Amino acid sequence: MAGRVERDRAALNRLPRWAVPALAALPAGGLALFFAYPVGTLLTRVLRPGSVTDVLRAPGLAGVLWFTVWQAVVSTVLTLVVGFAPAYVLARYRFTGRRAVLAAVTVPFMLPTVVVGAAFVALLPANWHGTARAVVAAHVFFNIAVVVRLLGSMWAVVPEGITAAARTLGASPWHLLRHVVLPLLRPGLWASATVVFLFTFTSFGTVRLLGGPAHATLEVEIARRATQLGDVDGAAVLSVLQLLVLGAVVWWSSRFQRRTAVQLPGARSLRRARSREQRRLVGTVAAVATIVMATPLVVMVSRSFRLGGRWSMAAWRTLGHTEVRPGVSLGVDPLASLFVSLRFAALAALLSVVIGALAALAIGSARRHGRLLDVGLMLPLGTSAVTIGLGILIAFDTAPIDWRAKWWLIPVGHALVATPFVVRALVPVLRAIPAEQRNAAAVLGASPWRAWWAVDVRRISAPLVGAVGLAAAISLGEFGATTFLTRSGRETLPIAIARLLTRAGETPRAQGFALATMLLVATALIIVIAERRVFGEGSVLDARGA
Amino acid sequence: MLEAHDITVRFDERNVLDRVSITVADGEVVALLGPSGVGKSTLLRVIAGLLVADAGTVSLDGVDITRWASHRRNIGLVFQDEQLFPHLTVAGNVGFGLRMRRTPHPELHRRVQELLALVGLSGFDDRAVGGLSGGEAKRVALARSLAPRPRVLLLDEPLTGLDRDLHDRLATDLAALLRSTGTSALLVTHDRDEAATIADRTIMLAS
Repeated sequence: MAGRVERDRAALNRLPRWAVPALAALPAGGLALFFAYPVGTLLTRVLRPGSVTDVLRAPGLAGVLWFTVWQAVVSTVLTLVVGFAPAYVLARYRFTGRRAVLAAVTVPFMLPTVVVGAAFVALLPANWHGTARAVVAAHVFFNIAVVVRLLGSMWAVVPEGITAAARTLGASPWHLLRHVVLPLLRPGLWASATVVFLFTFTSFGTVRLLGGPAHATLEVEIARRATQLGDVDGAAVLSVLQLLVLGAVVWWSSRFQRRTAVQLPGARSLRRARSREQRRLVGTVAAVATIVMATPLVVMVSRSFRLGGRWSMAAWRTLGHTEVRPGVSLGVDPLASLFVSLRFAALAALLSVVIGALAALAIGSARRHGRLLDVGLMLPLGTSAVTIGLGILIAFDTAPIDWRAKWWLIPVGHALVATPFVVRALVPVLRAIPAEQRNAAAVLGASPWRAWWAVDVRRISAPLVGAVGLAAAISLGEFGATTFLTRSGRETLPIAIARLLTRAGETPRAQGFALATMLLVATALIIVIAERRVFGEGSVLDARGA
Repeated sequence: MLEAHDITVRFDERNVLDRVSITVADGEVVALLGPSGVGKSTLLRVIAGLLVADAGTVSLDGVDITRWASHRRNIGLVFQDEQLFPHLTVAGNVGFGLRMRRTPHPELHRRVQELLALVGLSGFDDRAVGGLSGGEAKRVALARSLAPRPRVLLLDEPLTGLDRDLHDRLATDLAALLRSTGTSALLVTHDRDEAATIADRTIMLAS
């Protein structure tokens, strides 16, 4: 009853009516200008007569569609199969080094796609390069984290009593899995499958680096048409087609998940492996998972130190050079790209944190229309980065708004991709604050604004520091949108890595691995620090069970 | 003097409070007894300005404060579940109301020390509130509400959830504290012994 009462009758201590619109103005304005307007422009391009049929009749498109779908389906199925055992072990057992294994399995998911692509270029033998196998292998590696997190969170709450009951009723381990565990896990399986499918269907960086010219997904084809063939209309049609497919998959999956939802009463509890088989299972799975997840990255780092079959620092030493040999340009300045990326990341982090914090506070304080802003800000997350980049490219390239040559379009694009994550990190913190906290501030003499500042704003200041890191990490690794907005001489780190790795010659490749190593270290550091901050352990609220 | 006159509150077409009136004289401690669901806490929330009544008036020293926001009333409230601010230390919590009144720092510091001593928690200044025991948390909540010298202190079952020994000790302490500070108080409880220990006068609220 208290909740209702707060909403309906706490009129005396409310923030003024204009507070939420004032907070929401900047986020909503930014969203309208840099997301709604570009995507709207994209749609109007598609609606021109003839454009759709022209594009769909283009030769080679059927092949692209077919490859996009089948590699996504195969990647999804394989990821579920491979991720099943680590999801089980990490969700159910407590063991020494569990956190390290969890990190080894989940950190790759947060790494830039270009780093994962580079790691597989380094790992796989030459005859795998440019094959569909390479793409699928990298996808499985990348997405195992999704299965471990989503399926694992369901598995963790399957009560042990239920499985014990089944065993006393005569269920063999296989029967137990087939008739009890899998049906209970079905929502988690569907959720993981949907997410992995969406990620692999829209895969860009990985396919760009590993697929070679013969294997293009829709995303790669969109980028190729827009940036290489100059066929912007065709690219627009394809990205709308992709939006429709993604929308349909999300709609169908959420419907399906609602139907199969099961209420599990159990609380999360980890146990130690007791029997010899359990210990063997936990040990094997933990060891294999860690080795498999670490190997590509370790190989990539080591390859940056190898030239001509010998250990060498040459690739690292020559990062500041822009020529392969005197007179032969490398086409990209590796070291300069690092500084470009750092500058863009700083600006993108600042933008997305300011806008994300304002939006989160508006959503938290809004009585009715908060959900609208919440959903609106999540839309860029559901739109592929390539679509965002393409939209910005075509929306701002002619009068009245000609921002084509503006360098800041890139950090703005990055901020658009990062802001939803900032909002997602902050809104739950705000929602978790009991309304009574604001009441306590009010009866102690705090005006509505001061109570809001002392309770809401102060509470998000710690996670906000983590959100800065998260946004910076996203900006550092962003590849899809940047592909469209990058200008020669202002390449970011991921763009430079992709250029170097697709060039002939051993030195550029080793330099690419060296840059990817830097990006790997920077992102991993930020993630480890930010995760502590955002999802901090031992927060006072948790400790008191509030 | 605090006067609540003919307070009526309806939730979902049901009268939770139906024309309830109550007065608390200066320096008087009044206990409000009654079974759960009878609207005791609701009455406190109306007096504190956290809830707008459907009818009735609240006045303090003859001034009608019915439409005043909570922060302008100078009426303290000790919440049943304390509602300490988890991002502030013990001293930060106790000094919160003084900061809202822009009390100069030296005086604020002195007052916080005074209050912590009064509730028996000297030296707890920098402790995180998450690490306090149940009894300590209640004492901090009490100190926090008393620090800005409220005109009236409302106490919403401030001693529930404590074991018997601690409960009795705190009840005696609370009675002494209210007397020594001369604070007018309205205490909601469902415990007759507690009411008898702490209050000068007891009012029964029947459904």
